[in-house]
Amino acid sequence: MNNSRYPSRLLESAVNEFARLPGIGRKTALRLALFVLKQEVDDVTRFTSAIRELREEIQHCKVCYNISDSEICEICASPKRDRSLVCVVESIRDVMAIENTQQYTGIYHVLGGVISPMDGIGPDDLTIEPLVEKVKSGEVKEVIFALSTTMEGDTTNFFIYRKLAPHSIEMTTIARGVSIGDELEYADEVTLGRSLINRMPFEKTL
Amino acid sequence: MYLKHINLLNFKNLKQCELDLTSGINCFVGKNGAGKTNLLDAVFYMSFCKSYFNSIDSQLIHHDEDFFVIQGSYIREDQEDQIYAGLKRNQKKQFKRNKKEYTRLSDHIGLLPLVMISPGDERLITEGSELRRKYIDSVVSQFDKPYLDLIIRYNRIVNQRNVLLKSARGNIKLIESQLDVWDEQLTITGEQIFNKRETFIKELEPVFQKYYRFISGGHEQVSIIYHSHHQKGKLTEQLLKRRAKDLVLGYTSKGIHRDDLELLLNGYAVKKDGSQGQKKTFFIALKLAQFEFLKDFFGFSPILLLDDLFDKLDDDRVSSLIELAGRDTFQQIFITDTQRKRLHDIVKQTGKEHRFFQVDNGEINFDI
Repeated sequence: MNNSRYPSRLLESAVNEFARLPGIGRKTALRLALFVLKQEVDDVTRFTSAIRELREEIQHCKVCYNISDSEICEICASPKRDRSLVCVVESIRDVMAIENTQQYTGIYHVLGGVISPMDGIGPDDLTIEPLVEKVKSGEVKEVIFALSTTMEGDTTNFFIYRKLAPHSIEMTTIARGVSIGDELEYADEVTLGRSLINRMPFEKTL
Repeated sequence: MYLKHINLLNFKNLKQCELDLTSGINCFVGKNGAGKTNLLDAVFYMSFCKSYFNSIDSQLIHHDEDFFVIQGSYIREDQEDQIYAGLKRNQKKQFKRNKKEYTRLSDHIGLLPLVMISPGDERLITEGSELRRKYIDSVVSQFDKPYLDLIIRYNRIVNQRNVLLKSARGNIKLIESQLDVWDEQLTITGEQIFNKRETFIKELEPVFQKYYRFISGGHEQVSIIYHSHHQKGKLTEQLLKRRAKDLVLGYTSKGIHRDDLELLLNGYAVKKDGSQGQKKTFFIALKLAQFEFLKDFFGFSPILLLDDLFDKLDDDRVSSLIELAGRDTFQQIFITDTQRKRLHDIVKQTGKEHRFFQVDNGEINFDI
């Protein structure tokens, strides 16, 4: 299929562009391109302008580095949010995941990744310095670490912890253990072992 | 647990063979290159999904053929398990238990515990420390599941730290604050591994000494000493002292990835002072200690494969080894040897049920 000949150069270039998207192969790209051909011109224009505006007009929030339509994102701008509570996450997707829980009333800080020399990512490639500045300003009382539980995530937590340690704020991390609704026998040994060590008073689970 | 029946097709030089085995001692006698060790390797393959000698699976296929198949029926607690292992050239190997294919081979490994002792194990003594660490890791991870995760995590930290060291191109200022954190991570994870290894060696040494004393007749003193940087004070401080050198080398020079076992015979390194027979006794005792750990963990005897072990051992040691094999600790044993009479005489003494097989040019036949 890679060597297919297209009857139209315009079609071929559209297929090429679709095929650059993650998870899209050339067959799917052709299907999408032919689908677009069948649509009304107005619909396609709306589609393309949505994509162009996404790329051209989106900004990063100056406070938390989340993506935003304005200089300050909706979460940071909201008067209902507790600005003394900052949750440190890797990416925008994590913000969305935590927002979906509807349990969190503080603000976020998006790092943009985790420290990993093998991938060429050092602390300067992340938004660690702005976080330190934010803490220095004195408004923050507690920082919650919510990075992935990989070795690199732990290392990044540790790095930030050391940077923030001189400032008298509370630093916490989200709990690690057996997920709710899971059968114990399917939990892996490391997680289950850790859940036993970090067991909690029963009243707190009520 | 024991292997009752084995059926081979095109496995190395064994074109086709089908054998009924005894739950006691199975002896394979034949000339060099006849295929005795290949049969042992096939049994090993069914337990570990890989060869003991060759890591390239396709090279296990008979030269003139396109596939190999090994089938075995194992008896455990009166239950029969049919194991199938097959490989076609340029395809993935297949493992089935009672006709059901495994999706992950790791689900199979551990089902049929087995210990192989072969002359090549002398490398445990004579070669670099990496093999001795592998020996520790393979035994400990059998009864301590999180141990393997710790090792994987640790190796990743070392890799990350080494890449970081290289990326600085000699300029320590660039990475100093980051390196502090990696050193700390290395120390925390390393210390957990160190504690487990230290406990294990403490338990291993007396078991090892028991077997060595038994085979050698008790006139020689042997010991195992565990060496680790963690015994020399806080690792973070040692790493800090070595930092400039590590930066030049682009390598982490301190940590449990440099651990070693010092193996001593009458107070001197067995590697240098031991005779060939003493070295052989040494690694046999190490492997038998491993056997005992597995037995305690599983609650039944693993299969024991003894490949060409009597060479270079004096008669006293050979008969002690066989006396040992006759004990209840061991159940099913596979032995290879080139001399039929010698093997027959010693196996008879054990009083265990035994069977002899003659191996000639890739063919194996039952023989009394």
